[in-house]
Amino acid sequence: MGMAADSQFHVLAVDDSLIDRKLIERLLKTSSYQVTTVDSGSKALEFLGLYEDDQTNPDSPSVSPNNQQEVEVNLIITDYCMPGMTGYDLLRKIKESSSLKNIPVVIMSSENVPSRINRCLEQGAEEFFLKPVRLSDLNRLRPHIIKTKSKDQNQEKTRTHEEEEASQKLEMSSTKIQKLESSEVKQEQQELVHHQLQLQQSQPPNSNKRKTMEEGLSPDRTRPRYSGITTVV
Amino acid sequence: MDRNQLRRQVAHMRSSLIEQHYLDQQQFVQLEDLEDDSNPNFVEEIVTLFYKDSSRLFQKIDQALHSVPMDFARLDDYVHQFKGSSSSIGAIKVKNECTQFKEFCLAGNAEGCLRAFQRVKHEHEALKRQLETYFQLRRQAGMAQRS
Repeated sequence: MGMAADSQFHVLAVDDSLIDRKLIERLLKTSSYQVTTVDSGSKALEFLGLYEDDQTNPDSPSVSPNNQQEVEVNLIITDYCMPGMTGYDLLRKIKESSSLKNIPVVIMSSENVPSRINRCLEQGAEEFFLKPVRLSDLNRLRPHIIKTKSKDQNQEKTRTHEEEEASQKLEMSSTKIQKLESSEVKQEQQELVHHQLQLQQSQPPNSNKRKTMEEGLSPDRTRPRYSGITTVV
Repeated sequence: MDRNQLRRQVAHMRSSLIEQHYLDQQQFVQLEDLEDDSNPNFVEEIVTLFYKDSSRLFQKIDQALHSVPMDFARLDDYVHQFKGSSSSIGAIKVKNECTQFKEFCLAGNAEGCLRAFQRVKHEHEALKRQLETYFQLRRQAGMAQRS
């Protein structure tokens, strides 16, 4: 189980498959996230308060998504292959929206297609998960959420203070994150090790199909590793 | 039969299903790991959803197979969806038959598609029967928690 702080992180999961929605919901809840699931990109945008014909409000004072809807969304995880609006289309719309572009987006796909993966990462997706998604994949979400939350807080303050003061605040929150992270990471690592041990005990050495073997893409490309200490920019 | 014996039976059946490649070990174990006191029947629930979804997709596949000319693009789309669901619940044999089916769709091979669909349905039924027994055993053993 995650720390109390996790219960306030809200993930929006988008997938047209009923089974996959149920699965991702369960995975996320087990990882102590609040979850909302929708079955299409357009429903996702509706939920986020961004309508197809909506013009972004130039008077909007903050980049926080809080402006547009009641519940804050800290991360969006979406399937790639969906009828109508694909996950990529959704990603683009989010990154083009001044109010939503700071929300980290993760893409899921059952197909390991390097060009697809690159396209998504270049468009601003934080991660690309191969389906079926595992609990261990979700452990990689937290750094993205924490990085963004602190970035939002800092950007709000920068609007009203001098550059110098802003960078001071940056340092302070960076330290806070490191403290928060190190105890969380420890727990995560324990859980991860436990999980890996369980798997290792009963599986043959080469059965890890999560590695991108077929396409010859190096794992580093699709799965950026984070050391657990997030740098706040 | 006492609870421990029943649980051993359940574990034995699970291993056997995995050995016979009905189920993918990693994925199925992951699913069972997601069960807890507040969600004790998650695996059975998701499998039940899978059956509902598969019967819907089978109908659509059937229609597409009987369209003249055979609509390979639509077929491929439906099979792709079904393959995804199968993979999510760890149904390897079913998933592999879907892969074959997709190849026939891409090749525009009508005969191949018809045969592939029969095989998909066959594997689907076989798994369904096995899982019914498995869930019954689990219920008898009072198993609704993580090991």
